[in-house]
Amino acid sequence: MDRSLVTAAVLFGLLLAMPFLLPLIGSAYLSGLIIKAMLLAIAAISLDLLIGHGGMISLGHAAFVGVGAYATAIALENGVDDIFLLLLITLAVTGLTALVSGGLALRTSGLYFLMITLAFGQMIYFTLTSLAAYGGDDGLTLWSLATVFGSNVLQSGNGLYYLVLGTLFATWWGVYRISRSRFGRVLRAARDNPERAEVMGYPVVRFRLIAYLIAAMIAGVSGLLLVQHAEFVSPALATWQRSGDLIVVIVLGGLATRNGAILGAFFIVIVEEVLGSFIHEWRLIYGPLLVLMVLFAKGGISHLLTPKGAKGYAS
Amino acid sequence: MSTLEIRKLNKSFGALTVSRDISISIGEGQCHALIGPNGAGKTTLIHQISGVLRPDSGHILLDGQDITQMSVSRRVQAGLGRTFQITSVLPSFTALENTAIAAQAKSGSSLRFFRDASRETALNEIALSTLQRVGLADRAAIPAADLSHGELRLLELAISLAGKPKFLLLDEPMAGLGRSESVALVALLSELRGSLPMLLVEHDMDAIFQLADTVSLLVDGQVVARGTPDEVRADAAARAAYLGENAA
Repeated sequence: MDRSLVTAAVLFGLLLAMPFLLPLIGSAYLSGLIIKAMLLAIAAISLDLLIGHGGMISLGHAAFVGVGAYATAIALENGVDDIFLLLLITLAVTGLTALVSGGLALRTSGLYFLMITLAFGQMIYFTLTSLAAYGGDDGLTLWSLATVFGSNVLQSGNGLYYLVLGTLFATWWGVYRISRSRFGRVLRAARDNPERAEVMGYPVVRFRLIAYLIAAMIAGVSGLLLVQHAEFVSPALATWQRSGDLIVVIVLGGLATRNGAILGAFFIVIVEEVLGSFIHEWRLIYGPLLVLMVLFAKGGISHLLTPKGAKGYAS
Repeated sequence: MSTLEIRKLNKSFGALTVSRDISISIGEGQCHALIGPNGAGKTTLIHQISGVLRPDSGHILLDGQDITQMSVSRRVQAGLGRTFQITSVLPSFTALENTAIAAQAKSGSSLRFFRDASRETALNEIALSTLQRVGLADRAAIPAADLSHGELRLLELAISLAGKPKFLLLDEPMAGLGRSESVALVALLSELRGSLPMLLVEHDMDAIFQLADTVSLLVDGQVVARGTPDEVRADAAARAAYLGENAA
């Protein structure tokens, strides 16, 4: 049996049980942290489809989180609050944005692809800051949130927690299936040797663009959920530093391993929180800590949990 | 009807003409060899046939279908298989996966996102039988990165064959092979020859005399001699331009 499935079962089991365990230590604050980490993990897994499986290193992925969050926020401001409608709007807007930016960026690869995605990300960031009607630079506080069939179940109890967990699981499972499918195999072939993939009969750019669209839409959904959690949107969501954080998460957790993205996300959220509570200049410690992690946990945190010889390329 | 037909192909880079009115026609079950000194324009011609470069004028027909304006991948879909001069495989894939994904391109849509591709028995069977054909079946589970140079040349051929080509473009298949490996590959290619027409670019004259039905000699972007291997060998122009140094 695939060891990564066992790790995933343990991870999801723990996350599922958390709302029952947390009241014992009495902390709503902790469940907020977990939601934050899960949202980061969703976006990171989607980026891992691009980087880990597709070899496309994007430095503008957080922009899609921002686009998804703003699409949701603007729809909410205009009286749309049904979650399914919001989901449709988010998918459509992030999908279209990705179609345009991906269509252009994927004419290049490697460092040039990185630069173009960075430029697109910043363009989106500046576009968001210029939305004066929706808060501009300062962002926008939301007074109404998504409803499910007209009920406020997401604002009560653990409704949102389980929705985010469910989405994380769906993302994990979806990317797992995609990575092993015919499509995922072509994507990996194009990462390995694009010229060969082309001469096998695969139009490489088209396959990459589809992967880019899928990844962008997943990131958009994490933006939608982030709005429900934070009840606030700001252009800062889309900055390239956020995109960099996503890359750190998957490199730290381990490329092309969805468990790695989850572990990496929790690691970063926890370290930020713990260090941040001790000292103001926590990034002074955070930086060297990341360097050490990358040096000593080659292949990422999830790699440490996998026994030697059990590492399938497709896992 | 010819399987691959090249009609009056012209290509220049600025003042440098690399293809001059090249016409070659290769029929069902034929092996045509392309020879010529370095710089004669063999590689540019290969690039135009495979779609990396577009000709300035002229047409390329595969099985009667004009492929001149098609992309590289469309041409492969249309039935043009090729091997590379410098081995080109998927290093992190096993030999079986390399071959299976080539077969996948010709067996239904690859826009399938859910089913486990490595468990598609139909693809794996095609892959394994193709590996058997080139003599690599016992290396099926080895990642391509760990195969020897000779094995990679065979895998390269298996990848092309798994795509069920109507025509095979072989760009120096013997490059870098030892004596016994070359002999084995020539034997394998002569088995394929009857069922699969091919264009062979090769420096190994022994291989050409064993495999080719017809030969074109390319010098300065022009076909200066064509005919059976013996005719071309007998051609004085050929001796002077190329064979002189090699065959005398």
